[in-house]
Amino acid sequence: MTAQEIRLCGLLLQEHFGEMVEKVGTHLLRSGAQNLRTIVQETNLSVDLVKKCLCVLVQHGACCFTSGRKGPGSPTEYRACCDRILRVLRYPRYIYTAKTLYGDTGELIIEELLQRGHMTMSSTVKTVADRLTQNMEEGHSMDYSEVSSTFSKLVETHFLQRCPPVGGAGTSGSAAPAAATSAAAAAPAAAVGVAPPTPESFPECYSVPHVSLIGRGKRQLVPENGEDQRNAKRAKMDTETHGDEGIYWQVNFERFHQHFRDQAIISAVANKLDQTSSEIVRTILRMSEVTTSATAACTKPLSANEIFRSLPASYNIPRHILDQYLTLLVDDPVRTPPAGAISLPIHTNLFHHRLLLYFPDGVRWEDWRKRRRNVCCQSAQSSCKPGSSHDRVHRAGEVSPFGFFTRTDLSTGSHSHLLIRFGSRSARIFRLLLRKRHLEQKQVEDFAMIPAKEAKDMLYTLLSHNLVQLQEIPKTPDFAPSRTFYLYTVNQLPTARMLLQNCYKTVANLIERRLFETKENKRLLEKSQRIEAILASLQASGAEPEQLSEVEEMISAPEKQQLDVLKLHVNKLDSAENQVDETVFVLESYVSSTSTS
Amino acid sequence: MAGKGRGVGAFTFNIEALGIGRGSMPEARVGPSPLYPNTDFKPVPLKVGEDEDYMLALKQEMRGAMQRLPHNIKAQSGRADVEKYTERYLKHSQMDDETWTPDWNLFPKELMPRTKKPRRKVTKNKKSGKGSSKEAADVLSKLDELEKKDDGNAEKSDDEPEKKTKNEEEEEIEEEEYEEEDLEEDNDYIESYFDNGEDFAADSDDNMDGEATY
Repeated sequence: MTAQEIRLCGLLLQEHFGEMVEKVGTHLLRSGAQNLRTIVQETNLSVDLVKKCLCVLVQHGACCFTSGRKGPGSPTEYRACCDRILRVLRYPRYIYTAKTLYGDTGELIIEELLQRGHMTMSSTVKTVADRLTQNMEEGHSMDYSEVSSTFSKLVETHFLQRCPPVGGAGTSGSAAPAAATSAAAAAPAAAVGVAPPTPESFPECYSVPHVSLIGRGKRQLVPENGEDQRNAKRAKMDTETHGDEGIYWQVNFERFHQHFRDQAIISAVANKLDQTSSEIVRTILRMSEVTTSATAACTKPLSANEIFRSLPASYNIPRHILDQYLTLLVDDPVRTPPAGAISLPIHTNLFHHRLLLYFPDGVRWEDWRKRRRNVCCQSAQSSCKPGSSHDRVHRAGEVSPFGFFTRTDLSTGSHSHLLIRFGSRSARIFRLLLRKRHLEQKQVEDFAMIPAKEAKDMLYTLLSHNLVQLQEIPKTPDFAPSRTFYLYTVNQLPTARMLLQNCYKTVANLIERRLFETKENKRLLEKSQRIEAILASLQASGAEPEQLSEVEEMISAPEKQQLDVLKLHVNKLDSAENQVDETVFVLESYVSSTSTS
Repeated sequence: MAGKGRGVGAFTFNIEALGIGRGSMPEARVGPSPLYPNTDFKPVPLKVGEDEDYMLALKQEMRGAMQRLPHNIKAQSGRADVEKYTERYLKHSQMDDETWTPDWNLFPKELMPRTKKPRRKVTKNKKSGKGSSKEAADVLSKLDELEKKDDGNAEKSDDEPEKKTKNEEEEEIEEEEYEEEDLEEDNDYIESYFDNGEDFAADSDDNMDGEATY
């Protein structure tokens, strides 16, 4: 938990859960595992409030509890998870992905689950059906079965998973599909060893319970005063059981991350080779979606026959063309990676992809691209030839997703960073160093085709910002400067970590600025909200146009202008947060994959 | 101070000896330092497109929705002593959404809110009051006993039960008075401010020895 991470988590908690939860959460993040009484003492909040905040945090998975360290009798300790809180930044991306894959229904399911932390299937289905019915025309309503089928599809593809039950690991296996009432609720607060079990360690993780849900979504009527009491009563009596009490579902973030990664790989291949090869890679990745775990370095080996059979029919790729493409992918040149697996020259592609977006100077893009392809195009890791050509069972199907990461993330994240801060030529030097590992200053000038004085200046700037390091290789044991080689190099992992922290700081600054802007113009915003409310009510009750225009004139023209400018700023800041989060994702995956391997 | 006013730029030591020329001094400050540092390169423009717009809308909606959910715990605004007129008419349906009970099977039991037992105020106090008065009576009687023991007077031991009852009566009388005072506290008048003059006559009776009454 670095200071930047804690600051960002605090801001995210405050925005989404309120200040009280933020206080408790930040305190837990700073001080590690603590029991209830210590938290109450140190945060100076009332016991009830702390209890509520902890409930909210546990509900959303941001906090986990274990029994105390001193033995079974000691009070439960609570620990906050920084990573989980940082995921909140990525919620819009998850929802949007669900929309592209499963339509509006999928989108709403994921949105509900993200907002509520975890829910049972029946309550999710009902809420989503109601929401969809709201947006449909009069007289139409959404059937529960449609929503249930989308839910089941999401579970089958592992986008949703069951929440791990609290208590012993053995109890979940016995949950019968029909009536898992409180089977999932074993002894509360009893921990399972030191590390909490992952949801996937339970065998029932992805099995959909048999739920009897028959009905259609209800349209929410505008409540009038007299009906309030009745509706409230009816809602309370509406607690029918559907046979799945106690089974809670949550969003499986790892699966979404895998999906993002696959998408990045596919787009990179599409940029480097062409659309067809990207389709082939997409097929390979799709086939290994559920068979490979998210953190594997390589996918399972697949034979060319299997790939051929799984290709989507609409592409009409004949067998021999497929073989050619596979050979092309395999043969993509460069050095051998230690694992000996084939990996695609993805980082450069992804880099190109990003460069296209970030390059400020459109004119030089073209000759840049050419030079990149010819000169620098490698860093992709190698390909060792898999089986000989006469036996068609290629290991060509293997894709090493992390081969991709070991180069790309640094490229994408840092390149864009460099382009922003230091200019395109420094970025060129950086990429050169990434590819060639160690270079002397003279060699840098030659390879990068930059005049000596400027190259020196840029190298020193990069060095002072810790993006590039000096490696000294002495010729003599006394390290005399005239007799030592000074090589410039890039240490990928520490640089990636540093950039990641910078990204966190950036997002936190963006959030703070947005809050500041909103606070400055609070009076104006409130006024405009009130006027909109008045207008809406007037229109609903059928007022004349003169009255409407009179109300509209209550905001003067300069105030309107100010409001527009404010809206523009806030939108820009929000959008920037989303996009920085994409870089954060890439860097995070890189750091986690490299540090574990 | 030497040098001030006459050649302010003169240094007290020989500047050439240090090897620093007059020209290499940093420039004099002309005003406050700039608020933001200069950037040589403009920032890269944001990605613009349908996807980004949609995600932006999603983000803002989600933020608004989550702030309305019961998960969002708002700070307890200090309730003013005077109940606002509007609060009486606030729709209670708005307030009802605030409740959310988690499934206690998944949460540690200690996080359950403890409902306070309703305090039985009046009867309890009365009982305790009576009890304490009884205890007080006992204490007083014990003290009396001890006094009597010091005197060593057998006669007074007969007085004891009388005194005991007397004390108890006094206690009861005091208690009644106490209760009456409680009842009468609704008004703002403090009893002691009102001097009805009874004490004046009582006191003066004790102190007077042969003085004429006016």
